[in-house]
Amino acid sequence: MARYTYSFGSISSRFFLAFFLLALFSALPGTTANGQEKPYFITYSHDLEEPGNLEIESKTAIGRPTDSHRYGALASELEYGVTGWWTSEIYLDAQTTGQESTLFTGFRLENRFRPLMREHWINPVLYVEFENITGADKNMLEVVGHDGEGDLAEPNDDTRQEHEHEAELKLILSSNLKAWNISENFIAEKNLGHEPWEFGYALGAARPLRTLSSGKPCTFCLEKFTAGAEMYGGLGDVASLTLGDTSHYVAPIVGWQLPVGRLSFSTGFGLNSNSLDRVYRFGWATELPQVGTWFRRNGGTR
Amino acid sequence: MITITRSDLRRTLGLVCILLSAGLLLGAASSSPWAKISAKDHARTSPLTSRPDSIPAGALLYKDNCAQCHKADAAGDGHKKPGLRTDRIKSASDGDLEWFLRQGDIAHGMPSWSRLPEAQRWQLIAYLRSIQQ
Repeated sequence: MARYTYSFGSISSRFFLAFFLLALFSALPGTTANGQEKPYFITYSHDLEEPGNLEIESKTAIGRPTDSHRYGALASELEYGVTGWWTSEIYLDAQTTGQESTLFTGFRLENRFRPLMREHWINPVLYVEFENITGADKNMLEVVGHDGEGDLAEPNDDTRQEHEHEAELKLILSSNLKAWNISENFIAEKNLGHEPWEFGYALGAARPLRTLSSGKPCTFCLEKFTAGAEMYGGLGDVASLTLGDTSHYVAPIVGWQLPVGRLSFSTGFGLNSNSLDRVYRFGWATELPQVGTWFRRNGGTR
Repeated sequence: MITITRSDLRRTLGLVCILLSAGLLLGAASSSPWAKISAKDHARTSPLTSRPDSIPAGALLYKDNCAQCHKADAAGDGHKKPGLRTDRIKSASDGDLEWFLRQGDIAHGMPSWSRLPEAQRWQLIAYLRSIQQ
């Protein structure tokens, strides 16, 4: 079995290097914040990255399983708009657990494809992901199968030995109705090590607090805030398709569009005894526009 | 008995090619983005016409969402991202422009701006109109 054998020191310095690079990129001139990005943490809408733009995002999850230590998990994400209908992403995951250790927990490669070139009442997007993570990953970017609080309570020393290669497929359905976005995600995940398909779901709804732009370059105007909620959880596996013996969460969310990025926050409330009581999530995203043109002569005018 | 000679086959294929090319040319001639728009969408008018604050609001939205591709002066990049001070924009109705912003041209890199609330799309259109003079 493949094992991660990084030392605590080297991993924590990489963790902080990641933070440093994120901060540096966020401060780069030319970063922008596009209007009305959805502040979802788990749910995907049909909005793809604009072609040529690179989004740098970090998502933090903080929780405390019963009878275990508090943890913080960080997912750092680079998202690139390859075309108008294809977005590609890479995630680097890490976590730190109180009185235990700080770990790099792996990476995820994902691609989202929009099969229909027109806007409809319901817009499908196909999502394909490959994950190479350890059992110590606590980002909870999706809940599938029989995932529960117990998985998050296990000591890092044990879970870091579990090396998981997983494929994940999602069907994303999303609608922009009036000022609302309503999104539904159906998740199927397969551990490539001969384990059954596991299923999950995520639902989200969000809208800006004001739909008309005030026309002033303000930071605290209502149109800069988006509020909503998302709900996510597991649906068991092929052997037992169920809403029980898994975890479910409902999470109010709020997003704040700043001149140089987007800040988002949510508190997830566990809905059954298998769930964490609460999960706090913070997100920060900034966008580097038209990155492709940086590498062309004449400022990109070919 | 009917026999098909090689020259008959060549003539038939040539005819098919000519018909296909003519069809494609006709299709291209009517492939103006506005040609696909329904009469109902075409006839829509902006509910913000009487509000003069729509133009500065649209200018800000343009800066945040459009200028990175179409440039601050709306001149485009001279390549894939077109300028927006054109006869095509001038001749379009408000409804045409709102439809195009909502739908985008995803296959050619223009995203759908359905992510913006409809009111903000109308503000953008007010700004686009104002820069045509």
